Amino acid sequence: MIYRFFEGLGAYFLFLGDVFRRPEHLREYYRSFLREVDLLGFSSIALVCFISLFMGAVVLIQTAMNLDNPFLADSYIAIAVREAIVLEFAPTIVSLILAGKVGSNIASTLGTMRVTEQMDALRVMGINPASYLVLPKIAACLLFNPILVIFGMLLGLVGGYLAGDVLNLVNTEVYLSGYFMEFFPHYVTYSLIKTFVFAFIIATVSAFFGYKVEGGAVEVGKASTKSVVAMSFTIILFNYILTDMIL
Amino acid sequence: MIRVKGITKSFGKEHVLRGIDVELYPGKCNLIIGLSGSGKTVFLKSILGLHTVDSGTVEYDGRILGDLNKNETKKLRQEMGMVFQGSALFNSLSIEENVGLPLNFFSSMTLEKKLDRIKFCLNRVRIPDDAFVKMPSELSGGMQKRVAIARAIVLNPKYLFCDEPNSGLDPETAIVIDKLIHEITHEFGMTTILNTHDMNSVLEIGDHVILLQDGKKTWEGKKEDVLTTDEKNVVDYVFRSNLFKQMRAALAKS
Ligand SMILES: Nc1ncnc2c1ncn2[C@@H]1O[C@H](COP(=O)(O)OP(=O)(O)OP(=O)(O)O)[C@@H](O)[C@H]1O
Ligand SMILES: [Mg+2]
Repeated sequence: MIYRFFEGLGAYFLFLGDVFRRPEHLREYYRSFLREVDLLGFSSIALVCFISLFMGAVVLIQTAMNLDNPFLADSYIAIAVREAIVLEFAPTIVSLILAGKVGSNIASTLGTMRVTEQMDALRVMGINPASYLVLPKIAACLLFNPILVIFGMLLGLVGGYLAGDVLNLVNTEVYLSGYFMEFFPHYVTYSLIKTFVFAFIIATVSAFFGYKVEGGAVEVGKASTKSVVAMSFTIILFNYILTDMIL
Repeated sequence: MIRVKGITKSFGKEHVLRGIDVELYPGKCNLIIGLSGSGKTVFLKSILGLHTVDSGTVEYDGRILGDLNKNETKKLRQEMGMVFQGSALFNSLSIEENVGLPLNFFSSMTLEKKLDRIKFCLNRVRIPDDAFVKMPSELSGGMQKRVAIARAIVLNPKYLFCDEPNSGLDPETAIVIDKLIHEITHEFGMTTILNTHDMNSVLEIGDHVILLQDGKKTWEGKKEDVLTTDEKNVVDYVFRSNLFKQMRAALAKS
């Protein structure tokens, strides 16, 4: 078990070595990058917005209930909600959602290409499939995941505000002013660093699982599931490590 | 000419290729025949360098695969085209983009010339213009095979590899595909290596037929010889069905 883990880890780094070869036909990579941005990025916007709105609402309800104290101004609830969303909910939850959506898509796409010999077809042409197929996906995730997380932050804050208003839990004016009090830009930086690392994990781990598939359609499905488990595990682990290091 | 010298390949304990020597001729359809599991696909992929062989060499007009430097390998790769058993079209790209991909990577043609070349190749395999923008999944199996052939010949290769190009097709379409490959081979003087277990293909286009059994070459000859030879391996393989046996007896009498 432990042996197999390290064997897999070694294979993962060898795979990364294959991926990060200098691309020789930049124009083709760029074209493929644009396709990936569309496929992996734009198509996730609606999902991320929906989830963030409701996440923000739930965070507000819980915080308001716990800080239900006449001596505490509603602006303190706003600060608590803001920190929870900016520091943790937006980067980590959104990244986990993307691991499920984008990551499993990458794993199954590459797995299918492997078992239907599309990768061999590239190799016959003299194109390195690891680099040509995976680099644009990594680039797309690194570019777009932070954008999605920022969307997530903003909509989470909007969701919190709306829930407070609709459910009459807070005085909206005081609450809103709280969003702008004691704001540390450093927290956003921390969140975005996390998001970058998570994006890299999502793109490379899922690609690794997809790339290594052997067999047929059943194995592609299995690889996709396994990749989501591995990604979630790694993301949670790095969440801890990065928080310990940066904050 | 492709010269294969004593190649062996095993996966774990399973010896799939057990020392094969063969020469594959230019301007001819070289057919590899054999039962399912006899190692045809592995043989083809070993010649191509998709599998690294355990021993032996493959020589492309004097160039030994594996001994070449990076640029020479790249050049050789551009002289190869391959049609895979399942077509292996890129399913995220349209028909046109599929055929154009090798051009985008390896030719310095202008866009206009590229489009001309793509159109020429697709029309050559009788794909109508209105199908160019379709996705591979929107085409029938036979059409996908033809697109795969177009993609394989778009860089004007010297060597064309086909892994059971007509498997899974109805007999009529199968013959159309066979004939297409045969025509293209002669038209452009390519060295074509084709895997099959279809006797129709053998009798139709087998300029040079190689029988593979248990990872060894057990016979080679022309298509005419297939019906008349007394070689036991061929007789066993070809005349498996009683009908064929009776035909052979009748042929011998007349
Ligand atoms: N990647 C691989 N790993 C392990 N064994 C393999 C691999 N590829 C092929 N084999 C084995 O090699 C043998 C020959 O397989 P191959 O695919 O070459 O047969 P084939 O002649 O092409 O058959 P078919 O006509 O069904 O396509 C089989 O027993 C197969 O199990
Ligand atoms: Mg085969």
